[in-house]
Formats: sequence, structure tokens, C-alpha cells
Amino acid sequence: MEPLRRPLSPCSSRPSSPRSPPCETSVSVGIEAVLDQLKIKAMKMGFEFNIMVVGQSGLGKSTMVNTLFKSKVWKSSLPGLATPTPQTLQLHSVTHVIEEKGVKLKLTVTDTPGFGDQINNDKCWDPILGYINEQYERYLQEEILITRQRHIPDTRVHCCVYFVPPTGHCLRPLDIEFLQRLCRTVNVVPVIARADSLTIEEREAFRSRIQEDLRNHCIDVYPQKCFDEDINDRILNSKIRERIPFAVVGADREHLVNGRCVLGRKTKWGIVEVENMAHCEFPLLRDLLIRSHLQDLKDITHNVHYENYRVVRLNESHLLPRGPGWVNLAPASTQQLTTPAPLKVRRRVQEDPKDEF
Amino acid sequence: MDKEYVGFAALPNQLHRKSVKKGFDFTLMVAGESGLGKSTLINSLFLTNLYEDRQVPEASARLTQTLTIERRGVEIEEGGIKVKLTLVDTPGFGDSVDCSDCWLPVVHFIEEQFEQYLRDESGLNRKNIQDSRVHCCLYFISPFGRGLRPLDVAFLRAVHEKVNIIPVIGKADALMPKETQALKQKIREQLKEEEINIYQFPECDSDEDEDFKRQDAEMKGSIPFAVVGSCEVVRDGGTRPVRGRRYSWGTVEVENPHHCDFLNLRRMLVQTHLQDLKEVTHDLLYEGYRARCLQSLARPGARDRASRSKLSRQSATEIPLPMLPLAETEKLIREKDEELRRMQEMLEKMQAQMQQSQAQGEQSDAL
Repeated sequence: MEPLRRPLSPCSSRPSSPRSPPCETSVSVGIEAVLDQLKIKAMKMGFEFNIMVVGQSGLGKSTMVNTLFKSKVWKSSLPGLATPTPQTLQLHSVTHVIEEKGVKLKLTVTDTPGFGDQINNDKCWDPILGYINEQYERYLQEEILITRQRHIPDTRVHCCVYFVPPTGHCLRPLDIEFLQRLCRTVNVVPVIARADSLTIEEREAFRSRIQEDLRNHCIDVYPQKCFDEDINDRILNSKIRERIPFAVVGADREHLVNGRCVLGRKTKWGIVEVENMAHCEFPLLRDLLIRSHLQDLKDITHNVHYENYRVVRLNESHLLPRGPGWVNLAPASTQQLTTPAPLKVRRRVQEDPKDEF
Repeated sequence: MDKEYVGFAALPNQLHRKSVKKGFDFTLMVAGESGLGKSTLINSLFLTNLYEDRQVPEASARLTQTLTIERRGVEIEEGGIKVKLTLVDTPGFGDSVDCSDCWLPVVHFIEEQFEQYLRDESGLNRKNIQDSRVHCCLYFISPFGRGLRPLDVAFLRAVHEKVNIIPVIGKADALMPKETQALKQKIREQLKEEEINIYQFPECDSDEDEDFKRQDAEMKGSIPFAVVGSCEVVRDGGTRPVRGRRYSWGTVEVENPHHCDFLNLRRMLVQTHLQDLKEVTHDLLYEGYRARCLQSLARPGARDRASRSKLSRQSATEIPLPMLPLAETEKLIREKDEELRRMQEMLEKMQAQMQQSQAQGEQSDAL
């Protein structure tokens, strides 16, 4: 039987694959339509994104989230007028559905008021780790059910943005302790908060010292080097890695600058424009988190961090005695059970026609 | 001269001359978390480079660092008046993950200086008492917090009865005008709530002119001072060179009263209230310490000894004062050093005078 030949429709405005020059139209099967199908499905289902912001109070976390998603996700307030910082660390989640050009995004932001504000901040990262693992556990429990839901609600934290105070010196002991523990469990993106208190030279010096500190303490922040799939990824991500941590400024008020309405902070000596690359690196952060790497963040969370958690849980449950509520968590994947340490599972290769043909 | 006037109206001038000759000693302590611009501010205030050879320790070193107390001295001379400024720095404050009791070394240091002074004052040779007591503590508050943090409150409560505290908001160029006002208001409220006694500016005399009173009120109203420090001079084309920080969106001028309270702080600390700070330290804080100290020694056993030897100065030093690490010999050495220094200065003056008179003598010979 001859393979199905579908002539290319004249109104196809899809960009044709580079591998099939126009003179070979009669041989194409029309697989590019799969991309469209994926897109339509995704738009119908909408996207989920869970982000956590961590840092001392007053570093502009709420403002940054508002600026990122251009909506009042959080009510940010003037210093001094906010509710008093809680005595212990509390976690606070808020979910919004934002829509842009027909694409719906269910955004969940988790804030951590009280982090690093006490006199003794020992173990202040424990509630955060607990929360992240709890979300993994929830997903795991849904995944092992016999009749699973069609779409498991994903509350796992896809990205943790860590706000480093702009001291200008180097990372503080608290920063290092936190980052060391968290980068093993979740994607961490450190940023230099309130960067409008540093000049350009100070920022560069601070950034290079932070990068050195991260290297010296083996802290692997997002984008992690070991997950670069191919050379293009590596080039793109290397450029990002050079600029991490981004020096960001957040603002939710608009001001008039040269006839344009821009988001910024107005001081007596000038207006700091948030979206101006000469003033701060907020556009880079926004592009990383939303425009280019959102799906990648979700993929790494699912394929690496969640899988690591799952392996640890499998090992645990395998060793535990069979009491009430014992669940055979992984009947099929016995080879994973034998490995003692959590694997860095290879990322599932994305359906990419360019690679396959 | 009118014989009805006694002539002591010139006494202030005599005092002035003596002070100029003696010079001023001032000890200033700076405290606060690292990264709030303390060193830069000190360099800007006194136009020196006290922190030239400073090396900020990197993160791994800080993991095990404990609070240390560092002293730096510099002599500043302006208009013939010499000020011997001693700066006490507290690197490592508020740095570690667990900062419990990290203010204790600072409290201990301040009390040590009081002890030293008490011992000197009660000693035999009181000619060259060195005043190393801390006259003022500039406490830096972070502009990023929502007011005073728990650590700030703990530190201030530990030292407010022992040293003059001037709260300062560091790196104030991170704040917009409204934010600065809100933060200052919140800090004032918190200070009142926690009953922390900061340095109170003395009231103006009623016979001062209106301008001065207004300035004074303005200065008092802007506490805590929101400061920005810089040692760099920015030369924008067209405008005159100013000390400031250059950003891509504008330049903060350190000495512009609309940009920050640096001028107020400098005026208050150096120009108008230097002497008052020293007096309050001596009359109020030191006397309070001394009273507490001596009262605590007025226990049954010690009281008998003290009353028996009340008149004898020698035995006053035998009253067991709280443990002081400084030995008697070290004190003598310091005193001798001071005397030597003064004698050297006198010698130099005499030499200069002799040379002058020689030159004059030659001139008159030539004529």
C-alpha cells in the first residue's frame, strides 16, 4: 500500500520545515500539523506555573511578582505600614488566572514572610523545604492511584526566586545555607534585589563575587549546566549563567518619561525604569521566567527534582514494614529500586520534528 | 579699660585658646549589619580614607566569623584645631545565621572603656587620663526592612543606657521620598514603643534667632537621618563637580539636602554637637555607670574597708573593681608616651622659635 499522500493545502501559512524544500511537497505527510494540535490543546487546557519567592522582608518580593505578571497579584505596601513581620516563618500562597492573547496561565505564588528576619535564623529553611516536599508528595499520591485523574493538578514549585540583599559585598552565611539546601530540591534563581542602590560597577563586582561564592560552595542554580541538552541550549544558557544573579528592580507605579508611560521608581534625582536594560536587568528575569524558560522550568521540576523525590520515597517505602496504608509505590520500575542514590534522570526528549527527521 | 568691668568676659576666649592647644578627643562607634554603607559614610563624613586597606572577608570566612571590635585612629586638623578621632568598628555584627547575643562583645567593650576611665580617675597620677570612652554610636538601620528588625531592637536595648545612640538609615538612595518618610515614622514609633533612649538634642536657647531654631527643629525632625555616603566626585558636564553616586538614571548628590540627610548628620555630629556628646557621655552615662559600679561594691565586706580608707586615695584603687585586663604598667607606659609626645611638641615649637629669632638676628646684623 502506498503511504498516505496528502497534498499541501494552499492556505497553509505554517512555516515549512527546513528539511522539506518546496519542490518535494508531494512527499510530505503533514506532520507539522501536530505542532498546531499541541498548541490548540495547550491553549484549551491552559498552563500552570507555581513560583515561590524567598527573601528577607522589604526586599521587594511582592512588588517583583506584580511587576513580572503585570497585575496586582500581591498587594505591596510602603515600608513601615505593612503588617508586622511574623515571629516564625509562614508560607502564604495565592492563585490567580491570568490571560493573554487567548492563553490562560494559572499562576500560584508562594510567599515566605518572616524568612531571615529573626535574630536566630537557624533552620529557617525547614518550613520551605517541607512545603516543597509536601507538594511533591501530593503529586506522588495522585500518581500512584489506581484510577488517576486525567490531569493531575500540579502544585509543585517550579521555580524558587531567591532575593539576595544588595549589600555589595558577597553572599551572607544565611544565603549560602539556604541555597545549598534548596538547589538540590527545586530550581533556584537568585536575584540581586533592590538593585537601584548599587551603581553599575558595584553590581558587576557584587555579581562576580556571588558567582564565585556559588562555585566555591557547589551551589547549582538554574539553569543547571548538567541539563543542557545540546549545543544551542548550552550557548543560550551560558549567556544566562554569566548574568546570574540578575540585578532587578521592581515597581508597580507608572511614570511619564519622554512621553512614554513606564513602570518605575521616582526619586529626586531621576526615575529608575524597570524595563530599561540600562537601568536594571528585570527584562532578563522576565524573559527567563516567562518568555523563554517557563516550560523548561516545569520540565526539569517534573523530570529531575520530582523523580529524585520519588526515588527516595520508593526506597523508603520499600524498606518500611508493611503496615496499614502501605502502598507498593512502584511495581513496575524495579531497576530504580536497586540504585541507592537518587539518579539524575535524563530529561524526556521533547517531540521536536527538527530532531527526528 | 573701664574700672567697673572686672574683665572676665574674655574667659570664653581663654577657654577657646586652651582647647585649641589641647585638641579634641572623640571616639565614634559604628554598628549595624554589613553592607549598609558604614565605611563609605565614615570616609565621607571625615573626608579621610580610613578604610583604605580594608578587605571584605568572603562568604566562607564569614561562616565562622564572630563579632570583633576594631579600632582605627586618625588625626584631623582644620583651622588650627586638632581632632583625634578614634573609630570603633564592629565587623561581623548581624552576619551569621544565629545572631543571638552577638551584641554582648559590644556592650562589654563599652563597659570596659568606662572601667578604664573609672580606674584612671581613681588613680594617683591623673595628669594624662586618656579618654577612650565611646562618645557616640551611629547605628545603621537597613533601608530595606520595614522598620527596626528584632536584631536592631535587641542591640539598641542593650546599649542605650551606655552610649549616645544616633540612628541612621544607611543607603538611603534606595528609597523614594514617600518611603523614606514612612520608614522614619515607623522607626520613631518603634523606638518609643520599645522605650529606647536615643541621643536627645538639647533644646535651643530661647534667645537664638529664628533661623537657627528652624534649622534645629528641622534637624530634630529628620531623625533617624537617611544618609548616603560617597567618596567619589562626579563631574557631570556643565554642572559643578559634586560628591555623589552616579547611576544611569541620575546622580545622587551626597551634600544636597533634598537628596539625603548627610549634611544634617555632619552638622550635628561635628559642627554643633561634638562637645555636647562628650559631655553627655561624661555627665550622664559615665556617672550612671560609676554609680552602679560603686553601689554594687557597697556590699557589707567591702563597705568596711571602703569607710576605713575613705580619705586615702591609695586604697581607693584597692577596692576590687570589676576585672580589668589592663595592667598597671601598661597604664604607666601610656602616660609616659603622652608626656613624651607633649615634650616633643614643645621642643619643636622652641626650635622653630629659636630659628626665627636667629634669622631675625642675622637680618638686624646685616642692616
